[in-house]
Amino acid sequence: MSLVGYRTIEGIAGPLVFVRKTHPVAYGELVKIETANGEVKRGQVLDTSREIVVVQVFEGTSGLDRRSTVTFLGETLKIPVSDEVLGRIFSGSGDPIDGGPPIMRKERWDITGSAINPYARDSPREFIQTGISTIDGTNTLVRGQKLPIFSGSGLPHNDIALQIARQAKVRKEGEEFGVVFAAMGITNEEAKYFIKDFERTGALARSVVFLNLADDPAIERLITPRIALTTAEYLAFEKNMHMLVILTDMTNYAESLREIGAAREEVPGRRGYPGYMYTDLATIYERAGRIKGRTGSITQIPILTMPGDDKTHPIPDLTGYITEGQIFVSRELHRKGIYPPIDILPSLSRLMNQGIGAGSTREDHRALSNQLYALYAEGRDLRGLVAIVGEEALSDRDRKVLEFADAFEQQFVAQGKYEDRPIEKTLEIGWELLSMVPASYLTRVDKKYIEKYYKGKKE
Amino acid sequence: MKGEVYRVAGPVVTAINMPAKMYDLVFVGEDHLMGEVIRIEGEKVVIQVYEDTTGVKPGEPVENTGNPLMIELGPGLLRQIYDGIQRPLPVLSKKMGDFIKRGVMEPGLDRYTKWHFVPLAKPGDEVKSGDKIGYVQETKFNKTYILVPPGVQGKVKEIRECEANVEEVVCTLESGLELKMMQKWAVRFPRPFEEKLMPDIPLITGQRIFDFLFPVAKGGTAAIPGPFGSGKTVSQHQLAKWSDADIVVYVGCGERGNEMTEVLEEFPKLKDPRTGAPLMERTVLIANTSNMPVAAREASVYTGITIAEYFRDMGYAVALMADSTSRWAEAMREISSRLEEMPGEEGYPAYLSARLSAFYERAGRVKTLAGDEGSISVIGAVSPPGGDFSEPVTQNTLRIVKVFWALDAKLAARRHFPAINWLTSYSLYSSYLDDWFRKNVSEDWVDLRLETTALLQKEAELEEIVQLVGSDSLPPSEQITLFTGRLIREIFLQQNAYHDVDSFCPLKNQYLLLKTILWVDAACRETLKKGVNVRRIVEIRSVEELARARFETEFEKAVEIAKNAIVKELEGLTKEVRR
Ligand SMILES: Nc1ncnc2c1ncn2[C@@H]1O[C@H](COP(=O)(O)OP(=O)(O)OP(=O)(O)O)[C@@H](O)[C@H]1O
Ligand SMILES: [Mg+2]
Repeated sequence: MSLVGYRTIEGIAGPLVFVRKTHPVAYGELVKIETANGEVKRGQVLDTSREIVVVQVFEGTSGLDRRSTVTFLGETLKIPVSDEVLGRIFSGSGDPIDGGPPIMRKERWDITGSAINPYARDSPREFIQTGISTIDGTNTLVRGQKLPIFSGSGLPHNDIALQIARQAKVRKEGEEFGVVFAAMGITNEEAKYFIKDFERTGALARSVVFLNLADDPAIERLITPRIALTTAEYLAFEKNMHMLVILTDMTNYAESLREIGAAREEVPGRRGYPGYMYTDLATIYERAGRIKGRTGSITQIPILTMPGDDKTHPIPDLTGYITEGQIFVSRELHRKGIYPPIDILPSLSRLMNQGIGAGSTREDHRALSNQLYALYAEGRDLRGLVAIVGEEALSDRDRKVLEFADAFEQQFVAQGKYEDRPIEKTLEIGWELLSMVPASYLTRVDKKYIEKYYKGKKE
Repeated sequence: MKGEVYRVAGPVVTAINMPAKMYDLVFVGEDHLMGEVIRIEGEKVVIQVYEDTTGVKPGEPVENTGNPLMIELGPGLLRQIYDGIQRPLPVLSKKMGDFIKRGVMEPGLDRYTKWHFVPLAKPGDEVKSGDKIGYVQETKFNKTYILVPPGVQGKVKEIRECEANVEEVVCTLESGLELKMMQKWAVRFPRPFEEKLMPDIPLITGQRIFDFLFPVAKGGTAAIPGPFGSGKTVSQHQLAKWSDADIVVYVGCGERGNEMTEVLEEFPKLKDPRTGAPLMERTVLIANTSNMPVAAREASVYTGITIAEYFRDMGYAVALMADSTSRWAEAMREISSRLEEMPGEEGYPAYLSARLSAFYERAGRVKTLAGDEGSISVIGAVSPPGGDFSEPVTQNTLRIVKVFWALDAKLAARRHFPAINWLTSYSLYSSYLDDWFRKNVSEDWVDLRLETTALLQKEAELEEIVQLVGSDSLPPSEQITLFTGRLIREIFLQQNAYHDVDSFCPLKNQYLLLKTILWVDAACRETLKKGVNVRRIVEIRSVEELARARFETEFEKAVEIAKNAIVKELEGLTKEVRR
């Protein structure tokens, strides 16, 4: 097909270019724009009609003027898929940036992806051991789940994500996860940190990295996670791999979405974000899962920094409405010097029940987790109370529970960045902590488990 | 009637050169994507397309069917899972694989199955709209009645017991009109009925807080708003599982794929407590997940309620759950904003409230055209941004529905499930339903409820004082009130959806459990009179036995044991004082 270049740019606004009088251009079509001095940018059709075509330009419109040439490429945005991508590093729009050869493959997949037919899905249920007690013990991740990390700026969410990527495994298989890492707008330094760690631990060989950094075009961020997920889908559903997809930072992604909305003068939803942000985010997050009759799976760990640490902000809010729980990184625990500063109280894994218990982890897992949670919650409430009424007002029980809460943070929550705790160890620490309080406080566990695992005084 | 594409912007396509009426069903482009006319502006016809429009170009053909979006009603609906426009998902997965591709039209009812049609009318009978002329035993306990379609009447000429598919003629009228088992209905129009009846029978849910404190009527409407992770979906699943409805229509509207999978895996294994049959046999699922096209999401609630009406017209009690109506409202907002309509509050279209009320209005207990009694209860989940109930969808919904089950993030954070706030929730059906509960459970049901709500109210007031000065400064009798309040909350209101036994609590068990808690209250007060220190009383451990009784299949026996243990412990305290 011969492609026509148009020099009929009518207007340019923010990341958008308006082109007049074209041949029939398809909605979603890929676009190439060449400036007068030969610079080439890419974009995608957002709105098409007989008179005007609206194009969003991934690399931003700086340097474009009305003399630039617009060519419609006659196809949607596709990427070559192959297992040769393993071990490679690409830009946010999928070009190799590691000095290696381009991926030459006939098979090219559309990056938008299609919805998995709900009837074809299989429930996530295999326990993933991350080696982190606050996840494995009380917010268990299962294969095929989407479990975001809700964090704040300056908190060690990257370390947590890296530790998960290093340590995650399904125990009975021992097989390691393939990792797809998609960076949207993170700093060069952060990106290096990830890549160095991947290299050092040998994880890079089973990883694919897509980098859109802070100084890369903002609009490109809209396609980076989709390219990453398309790659992951290929590896999972064609190559039978278990993929762990880390998307960071979804907050930057949402900002780019807002920018497009504003440029199109759309009626904004809450706090200026587009009304369709829920749907848009869902087309990313819902690409996690398992499919009946296929071996591979996609587990997603999106990371987002909550603006102002506010979980009701639209970005964490809409994410929480789509994902299957969330892991909360707490500034308070971080200040106390606890790593990983995961606060289990607002954290939740909605698919935990499917993955734990006799046969996968241990019979007492659920009960233990509930009990730890309840006592820690009580301890935290008491801390608040102490601040108001002082230590004197505390009963004997209160004191014991407070002690428990402190020990819980020091022993269960805190662990080394390279400490890979097997689930047995996590459960053991849990029981040791419960053994600090009289057995009569343990109202959430069956007597039989107390007899079997409790080590304190049985009254 | 053919036209061509003029403009494509996401799910909204504008066509020209095509005659059209509002809500006509059209096929757009080379790929034949299904859509619906939603606005006409001079020459331009605006269409919302139910499938992804990527790749569609100006100039491509648009074909108008001249008919509105209709779904197929007849045998074959039960146990099925559809997308928002009634395409059967199992068939789609067979035809296009594990991912949903475009341009595949699939009828809602299959044409292969031969159903055993049993006539109820005989030659010579005069039949009219809505009459049952026969039935198909679709599952062991569900008869799907074959109804005379609305607008049709006459004398039966021929009708025979036979094996037929949904398109074969099973009955001929004198006029020559041939009736098949399948009928079609345009989803945006309510199906007719004779008259609405009083909602004075409860929909029993087996969920203690719902049945006892905030009951919904058969034919009633309820909303369950709450922030993410507060328990909307778990509650909706519980209602779909345990409600004493004949038919359940579950609409997963813009939510997670895995949640639908969970229903598909779980429901065939769970047994209806009334019949012992797998729950799936009375269930119809509509799944238009968050990543499926928004226009089809917008249609999904209409598809769901039309199926519900169809079963209602057979004289059944139908319960419809929509999770989440907020996603439906957002779909409206998205389409409306693409149409560049004047936005109302928070960008929602000005007709939001009208659409919501028209939808809930399709609920109700009715006398059907055939003179039977049928009902549709509608329970809508609402997902307010940031958990803030003052937003438009929650507010507009609350103006319409009669039951408000308020999910509370604080309770969920404390793992108090179901996280329904007992102080702010309400049911406007209570007074209609009192007689039923008095007659069918116990004379004192209503008194118990009033006593319980008063106690919880009192507890909340006392709690405020305790926050300031600690509980020791309260008079002993109020400390017992606090204690009983805690028992009600922790033993009665909390209910574990994941526990085989506790998941479903029959009315008589609800009654016994509550009655026992109030008995404990009285026993504690007695003990107090005998001079026992209140601190000792409120620390009794035997109440744990009562908490555990909920998990026992032999519930009554377990309550008896718990009672004995409590009596013993309290007597022990009394004896210590005497010594
Ligand atoms: N009745 C219950 N019993 C036990 N656990 C519950 C109950 N209700 C909710 N939960 C817990 O809360 C979690 C979240 O509930 P659910 O998925 O229903 O939230 P939701 O309100 O639908 O959230 P979203 O708006 O994100 O869909 C569940 O995964 C479960 O762990
Ligand atoms: Mg939900």
